[in-house]
Amino acid sequence: MTSIHAAVIDLKRLELLAESDSAIHVIDARAKVLVTLVFIVAVVSHNRYELARLLPFFIFPAVMIALAGLPTLYLARKIALISIFVLMVGLFNPVFDRTILYQVGQWGISGGWISLFSLLIRSMLTVGAAFILVGTTGFTAVCQALERLGIPQLFAIQLLFLHRYIFVLADEAGRSSRARELRSCGKKGLGVASFGSLVGHLLLRTWQRAERIHTAMLARGFVGQFHAHRKSRFGMAEIYFLLGWSTLFILLRAFDITETLVASMAGVLP
Amino acid sequence: MSHHIVEAKNLQHVYPDGTIAIKDVSFRITHGESVAIIGANGAGKSTLLQHLNGCLIATSGQIRIGDTQLSKGTLPDIRRTVGMVFQYPDDQLFMPTVFEDVAFGPLNLGLSGEEVEQRVTEALERVGAGHLRTKPPYNLSGGEKKRVAIATVLAMSPDILVMDEPTSGLDPFARRQLISLLREFQHTKIFTSHDLDMVLDLCQRTIILHEGEIMADGPTGEIFLNEELLAACRLEKPFSMQGCPICNGKTGTKKT
Ligand SMILES: Nc1ncnc2c1ncn2[C@@H]1O[C@H](COP(=O)(O)OP(=O)(O)OP(=O)(O)O)[C@@H](O)[C@H]1O
Ligand SMILES: [Mg+2]
Repeated sequence: MTSIHAAVIDLKRLELLAESDSAIHVIDARAKVLVTLVFIVAVVSHNRYELARLLPFFIFPAVMIALAGLPTLYLARKIALISIFVLMVGLFNPVFDRTILYQVGQWGISGGWISLFSLLIRSMLTVGAAFILVGTTGFTAVCQALERLGIPQLFAIQLLFLHRYIFVLADEAGRSSRARELRSCGKKGLGVASFGSLVGHLLLRTWQRAERIHTAMLARGFVGQFHAHRKSRFGMAEIYFLLGWSTLFILLRAFDITETLVASMAGVLP
Repeated sequence: MSHHIVEAKNLQHVYPDGTIAIKDVSFRITHGESVAIIGANGAGKSTLLQHLNGCLIATSGQIRIGDTQLSKGTLPDIRRTVGMVFQYPDDQLFMPTVFEDVAFGPLNLGLSGEEVEQRVTEALERVGAGHLRTKPPYNLSGGEKKRVAIATVLAMSPDILVMDEPTSGLDPFARRQLISLLREFQHTKIFTSHDLDMVLDLCQRTIILHEGEIMADGPTGEIFLNEELLAACRLEKPFSMQGCPICNGKTGTKKT
């Protein structure tokens, strides 16, 4: 559990990235939220055996990471971590779906494998886009943007609290498991019994602590209003940003750029 | 300036598990007073303080801040008036960076960007934490967290300052700094502490809480001279009143 703790602490770093001041960071959060949504819809709406047509979409994360100066390696590690979970979900695709779709030499590639890879690529793209959004905007600002885009305030606040709650839970989990480790003197502790009560305690403590944090927020005048400290408005830059990217995604979704490219290359090359 | 008066009447708090944490507590603190609430562990100090801005709701009894009675409707106003520093800074810091955390209160007050910036900078300077502003709160040391937690409240410029053990976990220098900061704060201040020397230094008035009841309420100097009372409440004289065991080997033998 200590490693989960470390992973979450590491996740908090994502929010610190939002503090910087690159060209992408200063764009109004609403524009970034909308672009990310269009991107996710465009990527997810491909059919489950699609591979080649997904590849051009990597241009979005690549450009955003470069312009925002986000640490590539760090993001790649986070995405890889999530991909492991996706792999577990998609692992049975090759088992159930054995229809041969492609023939490479004597090897037949089944639909299951293709859909597994497609799933992986799609999750990398969407999770990456979400990370980039938070890393260039900050979670509070994302929630605020959602609210300003018309999502009920209640949902936006729930989202914000859920996000904070995860951190609180991880914090408490880290402490409890450390306390248990230290006192079990390198042995397995008292086994399942002590583990059960640890989890029970953990939930109670997390709940109590989340409540205390909420109290502290109320004590400082929180009445359910968001205040991102970066003040911005939806100007020309935002409109260009939104239209530019959205058009690209829609084009990529509607036309098979990869094929056209390959075909024209084939035309040029003798 | 009657709005800096804090009044509690027959306050009682019973926790959901049946623990009676405070029973029948009454006091009246007037404008500009500096009052310490002292008592042994578990005496009910934190519980009492949390009533003063409505973080806990009394089982029975009333709280009055100035002319306003504490109730659901007046809560936002009262929370603007009463600034509260909690005992555990971890509960108070929740934003991604120190700056944002300190800015949280002023932003909720509806201040403009520049004003917020200025207040945050000032508050952090006052607790000597200016260099921490870009750090995430969870990476700070215990004492640093404490100082930032105090800054979060100072940034809201409350009329009444309530602090639960403000000096616990601070190094001697930061403690001194905080004491002089508190001395400068002209409005009403109420705090609990196990740091009796600070109490002697800062407060004209002291309230002793023992097992949820007020055992004494009076001038600090008199209370610390009453050894019987102190012993009955599991307390001791401040070190500065105990005489130095090294210099003259007088009292002070109780210490280890
Ligand atoms: N959430 C709770 N549920 C039940 N009992 C509680 C709860 N919080 C505190 N208590 C009990 O109420 C009593 C008063 O606690 P309180 O935290 O006010 O003490 P304190 O005077 O602040 O002590 P300390 O000096 O250790 O901070 C204690 O006996 C404690 O066990
Ligand atoms: Mg306490």
